[in-house]
Amino acid sequence: MRIHILQRARLLSVALIAIAAMPAAAKTIRVSSDGADANEKLQEALILAQPGDTVELAPGIWKLTDGLSLDVANVTVRGAGVAEGGSILDFTGQQGAGEGLLVTSDDVFLTNFAVLNTKGDGIKSKGADRIVYHKLRVEWTAGPKETNGAYGIYPVESTDVLIDSVVVRGASDAGIYVGQSKNIVVRDSIATENVAGIEIENSYDADVHDNIATKNTGGILVFDLPSLPMQGGHNVRVFDNIVNDNSTPNFAPKGNIVASVPTGTGVLIMANRNVEIFDNILADNGTANVMIVGYRYEHKDPNYQPLPKAIVVRGNQHGRAGYAPQFPGGDMVAAAMGGSVPPVLWDGAGDAIVLDEVGVLSLNLPDVKTPQSEAKPAPADLSKGTPPAALPAIKLPESMEAQIK
Amino acid sequence: MKRIIAGFAAALLCVATGATVPLPDGRQPLIESDAIPQKLSAFGLFPFGPEAPLVSFGYTLRTPLFSDYTDKRRFVSIPDGKKAKVRADGTIDFPVGTVLIKSFGWSDVNGGRPVETRLLIHRASGWVALPYIWDADGKDATLALGGRRVPASFRSPDGETHDIRYAVPNRNQCKECHSLNGAIVPIGPKARNFIFPAEIARTPPMLFENPEALKPAMPIWDAPESGSVAARARAYLDVNCAHCHNPAGSASNSGLFLRWTDDPTGVNYGIGKRPTAAGRGSGGMDFAIQPGDPDRSFLIYRLESTDPGIAMPEVGRSTVHKEGAALLRQWIAEMPKGAH
Repeated sequence: MRIHILQRARLLSVALIAIAAMPAAAKTIRVSSDGADANEKLQEALILAQPGDTVELAPGIWKLTDGLSLDVANVTVRGAGVAEGGSILDFTGQQGAGEGLLVTSDDVFLTNFAVLNTKGDGIKSKGADRIVYHKLRVEWTAGPKETNGAYGIYPVESTDVLIDSVVVRGASDAGIYVGQSKNIVVRDSIATENVAGIEIENSYDADVHDNIATKNTGGILVFDLPSLPMQGGHNVRVFDNIVNDNSTPNFAPKGNIVASVPTGTGVLIMANRNVEIFDNILADNGTANVMIVGYRYEHKDPNYQPLPKAIVVRGNQHGRAGYAPQFPGGDMVAAAMGGSVPPVLWDGAGDAIVLDEVGVLSLNLPDVKTPQSEAKPAPADLSKGTPPAALPAIKLPESMEAQIK
Repeated sequence: MKRIIAGFAAALLCVATGATVPLPDGRQPLIESDAIPQKLSAFGLFPFGPEAPLVSFGYTLRTPLFSDYTDKRRFVSIPDGKKAKVRADGTIDFPVGTVLIKSFGWSDVNGGRPVETRLLIHRASGWVALPYIWDADGKDATLALGGRRVPASFRSPDGETHDIRYAVPNRNQCKECHSLNGAIVPIGPKARNFIFPAEIARTPPMLFENPEALKPAMPIWDAPESGSVAARARAYLDVNCAHCHNPAGSASNSGLFLRWTDDPTGVNYGIGKRPTAAGRGSGGMDFAIQPGDPDRSFLIYRLESTDPGIAMPEVGRSTVHKEGAALLRQWIAEMPKGAH
């Protein structure tokens, strides 16, 4: 059953391993979690894999001390499950590398394994087009702690990203974070007890749907930040999600942008254009079910657009919200408004259309330069005006959808 | 340094005497093939053991990359009849068949024998990085594609003893640093940082088409006479960080760019730059560099940590480079406060 890569390599060492000359028939490379050199064997398998191959992770708890990486295109990494009895990559004793698994090649399919307790990020993919994250668990098992790694699932600088049926818990920044990427789908996933459940940042064309974001500090975030290679985030749809009870006190290390997310935030849009939030169930978010704000930090980027623009909020079901607003003076405003503020909060800059039949509280800050101390909170009516044309659904290449069928 | 000179001598002797030592047959075809030999000896580069490769020339760098206080020996082997060329941007165009050879060790470990030797081979398909770990008997070295942690106990220049599990990088990690737009490239040999003894560069066999273009202009990070604190700090950042922190490198998404040629006053150089994806690496601070205040600059925090969730660089460092961090601290401390 087990093929030990090292033994195989030893057998071949008489001759030279002429890798490029090997026949291209796809094969399955099975690796075992047994033995002190399991980390090295798995890494070798990930290096020696050829395009088309599958690296199969045996069931068991893998005690790993160093981050893994994959740089071969069109490789599947498949485990035997994400729960007990599955393939559990345990990085509790990690000594090196900024993440548990780093993917830097295209057309990679990751499925059916768990990554636990990495010191930095869980699984990162950079410049990895058409990557599929499927049936994965990334978790910091002690729950929310500032010492947990930053991102659970972290694709960046990629075109065509699919995240499907993953569970992420305990990230000290964002559980599922997609940055500086294009054409993105995040669906059927659960993000819980992270600072940000799901975050789409400095990205274009994303559908975030049918997810559950619960017990995070903030459920689903759509951000744009200055001074980065890719910015001007736009065309993001957040729909059919359940975003509830995002009540975990913010445990992000200070300085990071998500450290400023108020506890009790449902969906938060910052400095993007053309974002649609519709048909979600939003409830029990103590600050707001939906928050729409500008980027209010000082910056020197002449190309950066700090305001939210063309934001549409429609057809959402709102449960209780705004009963513990965590913005300066929020408690006083809530008291003045009968115990809670309306479920939609807008800082007053940029533009948004809110068609949900709930109240909107504007802080009436006309631009991002006006300090928050000058906020004049008052109800606002954002139901007037014509929404921009609806965004089209994201379509991913067939090869990606085929992998999870 | 003595060993490097000895390496030169052996190499020069060999060239001068027309290779009295028999060379393994077919060395250059193997180098230029797609083969990944299990044993370093297959290349025929080290017929006399790990001290210095045969038929190669040693070089040094004005400011080297810090790698756990290892003593590095660098050599380049350029195929007979071919020449390297310094490009207009100062990078060096080595011909196909070139091997860059770098051995890592400590003078007080294994009697100074190297622990590992990394080859960067220029093949027709591009550069290939291969890590080899020397066998216990020091006679040959074995391929370690998957990397390995090797226990090592050594003293740093300040006399402190370090017990570390030194990380020999796996092949992918080689590429993490040696990557430009996804392809492997050499990092160290750049005209501004590359010291190739002039007598070798200019006397036959000529190894460079344009040896006059080798102008090592960058300061020596720890030699005050070679440049101001700021200039030396920038040289240090270029060599230790910019192979990832450039717009085509592994850290392109960070927006932090630390090349010698980058604007050292801009936000993209870290001055007043907020963390992007730093996570715990922010250390609770707002900026990578807070002018005048190294203790509130998380660039320093990350350099002074060995926690993998915090430490920079992410690969190749299990100890803190105290002297390098001290230089950067001084540089930041001397910046006027409120300069961003």
